[in-house]
Amino acid sequence: MAIEVEHELHRRRRSRNYGLGLALAAFVALVFGLTVVKVAEIGPEAAAPHMADSP
Amino acid sequence: MSDLGLIERQDEAGFGDYVQLLKPRVMSLVVFTAAVGLLVAPVHVHPFVAFVCILFIALGGGASGALNMWYEADIDAVMRRTRGRPIPAGRVEGGEALGLGLALSGISVVMLGLAANWFAAALLALTIFFYAVVYTMWLKRATPQNIVIGGAAGAFPPMIGWACATGGVSVESILMFALIFMWTPPHFWALALFMKDDYSKAGVPMLTVTHGRQATRRHILAYSLLLVPVALALALTPIGGPVYLAAAIVLNMRLLRGAAGLARRTEAEAEADGYAAEKSFFGFSLSYLFLLFGALLADAALRGLVPGWGW
Repeated sequence: MAIEVEHELHRRRRSRNYGLGLALAAFVALVFGLTVVKVAEIGPEAAAPHMADSP
Repeated sequence: MSDLGLIERQDEAGFGDYVQLLKPRVMSLVVFTAAVGLLVAPVHVHPFVAFVCILFIALGGGASGALNMWYEADIDAVMRRTRGRPIPAGRVEGGEALGLGLALSGISVVMLGLAANWFAAALLALTIFFYAVVYTMWLKRATPQNIVIGGAAGAFPPMIGWACATGGVSVESILMFALIFMWTPPHFWALALFMKDDYSKAGVPMLTVTHGRQATRRHILAYSLLLVPVALALALTPIGGPVYLAAAIVLNMRLLRGAAGLARRTEAEAEADGYAAEKSFFGFSLSYLFLLFGALLADAALRGLVPGWGW
C-alpha cells in the first residue's frame, strides 16, 4: 500500500477524536441543563440562602 | 520495515467501535422500558430530568454491555453471530473495553443519583453488577438456567425508571420487572432453537445443548404459561387501563398459541421448514414486549387527556 498523507488510520483516529469531543460537549450541556432545572425547581432562596437578602 | 508494518495496521478502532461495545440494540430496549417505567409513574418529573435519567440508565446498560464483551471475548470469537464484535475482530483491546465499562458504570450511577435519587442509582448499580458479574462471569458458563436468572438484569430498567420518579418500589414496578423477567427465557430459547450449533461450539451450557431441543420446547411453553398471569395482573393495577387490557388479552393468546405450536413440533418438522415457526415466535416475542409497554404508555397518555380513563 502506498504511503499517503491521509491514511485510513488517520480517518479512524479523527472519528475517535471528534466523537469524544462531542460526547464531552454533550456531557457539559447535560450537567448545565440539569443545574438550571434543579435550581429552578427548588427556588433561588433554597439554592443560595446566603444570597436571599442581597438586592 | 517493521515500522511501516505498524503504520499499515488496518484494525485501529474508530468511534463506532466503542459505540458497538455498548450494545446499542440492547440499549434501545433498555431506553424504551425505562422510559415507560418513568412516564407511567404517578409522579411528575421535569422533562429534562426525565431525559437525563433515561440517558444515564441507557449508559449504565451500555457499560454493562462493554464489561460483558470484555469478559466474553473468547466466546464471541467462536460464535458466528458475534465474531465481528470489536474485541474478537481485533479493533479494540480487551483492557480498553474493561476500562470503558468501569468508567461508564461509575459515571452513569453517580449522574443518575444526582439527577434523580440515590435509590434509583443503587438499583442501576445493582443491575450493572447483576449483568456483568452474576450473569456474565458466574451463571452463563455454569448452568443451563443462565437465561432465566440473567433475565433479571434486563428486567430492572422499568423499575429504575419508576424509582427515578417515585423514589421507591411498588406493586406496579415489581410487575413490570416480572413481565420482562418471565418473557426473557421463551424469547432467548426460541433464538437458541434456530441458532443451532453456535452455543455448543462456544461451550455455553444453553438448555438446547444440555437438556435437548424437545425439553427446550417444553420449557418455552411452561414459561409462556407463567408469563400470562403476570401480563394480565399488570392490567389490574392503577397503571393498567383499557388499552393495556385489550393488548394483553390479544397478545397473550397469540403467545400461548405460538408456544403450544413450538412444543408440538418435532425437530424433523422444524428442520424441514428451516425453523420458520421458531423464527416467527422469536420475532413475535419482541413485538409482544414492545406492544405491551407501548400499551402502558398509551393508557398513561389517555389518563392525562380523558378524565376518568382507566381504573
